[in-house]
Amino acid sequence: MANQRYIARHVVDLPKSGIRDFFEIVAKMRDVISLGIGEPDFDTPWHIREAAIYALEKGKTHYTSNLGLLELRKAVSRYVAKHYAIDYRPDNEVIITVGVSEAIDLALRALIDPGDGVLYHEPCYVSYHPSVTLAHGVAIPVPTRVADGFSLNVEDLAKAWKPGCKVLMMNLPCNPTGGTCDRARLEKIARFAVEKDLIVLSDEIYSELVYGHTHTSIAALPGMKERTIFLHGFSKAFAMTGFRIGYACGPAELIEAMMKVHQYSMLCAPILSQEAALEALTHGESDIEAMREHYLRRRDLVVRRFNAAGLKCHSPGGAFYAFPSVAALGKTDREFAYGLLEAESVAVVPGSAFGASGQGFVRASFATGYEQLLEACDRIDRYVQTLAKGKGLHV
Amino acid sequence: MAQVAGIPEAEVERQLEQLKKDRIFLGWRPVLDLSREAAGAVRAVIEVKITPERGGGFNRLADRLSRFDEVESCYLVSGGYDLLIFVSGASLQKVASFVSEKLSTIEGVLSTSTHFMLRSYKEGGYMIEAPAESSERLKVAP
Repeated sequence: MANQRYIARHVVDLPKSGIRDFFEIVAKMRDVISLGIGEPDFDTPWHIREAAIYALEKGKTHYTSNLGLLELRKAVSRYVAKHYAIDYRPDNEVIITVGVSEAIDLALRALIDPGDGVLYHEPCYVSYHPSVTLAHGVAIPVPTRVADGFSLNVEDLAKAWKPGCKVLMMNLPCNPTGGTCDRARLEKIARFAVEKDLIVLSDEIYSELVYGHTHTSIAALPGMKERTIFLHGFSKAFAMTGFRIGYACGPAELIEAMMKVHQYSMLCAPILSQEAALEALTHGESDIEAMREHYLRRRDLVVRRFNAAGLKCHSPGGAFYAFPSVAALGKTDREFAYGLLEAESVAVVPGSAFGASGQGFVRASFATGYEQLLEACDRIDRYVQTLAKGKGLHV
Repeated sequence: MAQVAGIPEAEVERQLEQLKKDRIFLGWRPVLDLSREAAGAVRAVIEVKITPERGGGFNRLADRLSRFDEVESCYLVSGGYDLLIFVSGASLQKVASFVSEKLSTIEGVLSTSTHFMLRSYKEGGYMIEAPAESSERLKVAP
């Protein structure tokens, strides 16, 4: 403990991840069906892996430009123009990063002066709040609600806003809720951002995985490109989590500022991952569609089964997470998750790990094979029935 | 299947019956690693050149060859030969005698070229070798 005194105050004060202790318990258990994993169950498509092997064989083991391989930036620019209808110049409006996580960190460090406010919707990805804190900003959560399918409402945004807010962070579709935002809502948010002079960090990592509607990026709305940093990567759509590769697109001055931080901390993203990413963008679009179809089937399966079991569950518009409410069972989300793990060896993540607005919900990832998913649904059903019987509930 | 497709079991049954009736769904079969079977079957792929016939082309002869139990699959292909036939038998001799006594003696069969299969690396979409220590996913991840 003697070394504790050397640790920076803001790091000491950083709360432990709500997932960490749960992970420790699950890791020690055998034969657990885990619906607690925030990554695709598919392996990276072979042609993408093969491209990385080929690059290694060809001796591509050197640094790249700080911004990333120009060819990859050109491919990113084409991909974003084609699918999101936003034009970015590959030479100065695109930077290749080590996943979206690094891109978020770069953007926050490039934009935030100590004490600047950062609005973000909640429940949200576990690193948002700590990333803001690490950049010496003030994280300000904006609640989202199950009644809206966990979409972001401008009224809630306006309520949370206060003087000194500089940035709005969004992750739509959202981990953990699967919440999405339609164009009409986005337009209101965009107007609010202009009115309050906010820079928007739009983390669109799940944007290929939307069901039954098309995704709109806030950066594509009139007047938003110049105040939005579009963040995206390869982890989810191309099942490339371990490659740690992503990118940010935005106004040249902001990308330049992010590049400054990146060059002194990371230098560049790993070249093998960049080569693999180039292959993904060049030849991998059909892989996305095949995986998306599986996610869609699985989503419908788990949402139907959860609701039939008595776990109220909205149908997520995107990503690969179901976010059912456990409140009616008279348990907190942590009690439910721990109880389910103990009784039926199924792991789901307590919603409170994703912020206070996640209380009373659990996150169940359907990035899991059908057999395991069906078995998990049976077990969850059994557990819910046991709880309901104990409480005299009819579910 | 009903659970995954999100439709009632009766509807799955009905659609399967229809597919059978339409001869689109022909049957199920397991994908096996035959090398692990004690009495491993011998398999061969045979390139066959045949004479096309007026009115029927290759169809009558292809149909006739396909009827042998030894033939697992039969395809009309482009290139240096006409039919590509996958056969299996209990032993090398059995397959050899099928080729020499049955296949090549049929009128219209001009030549055959038989390749015995030595080892299978991929079968019906499955890699034969157990996936090399499929890298373990974390049990819980954000």
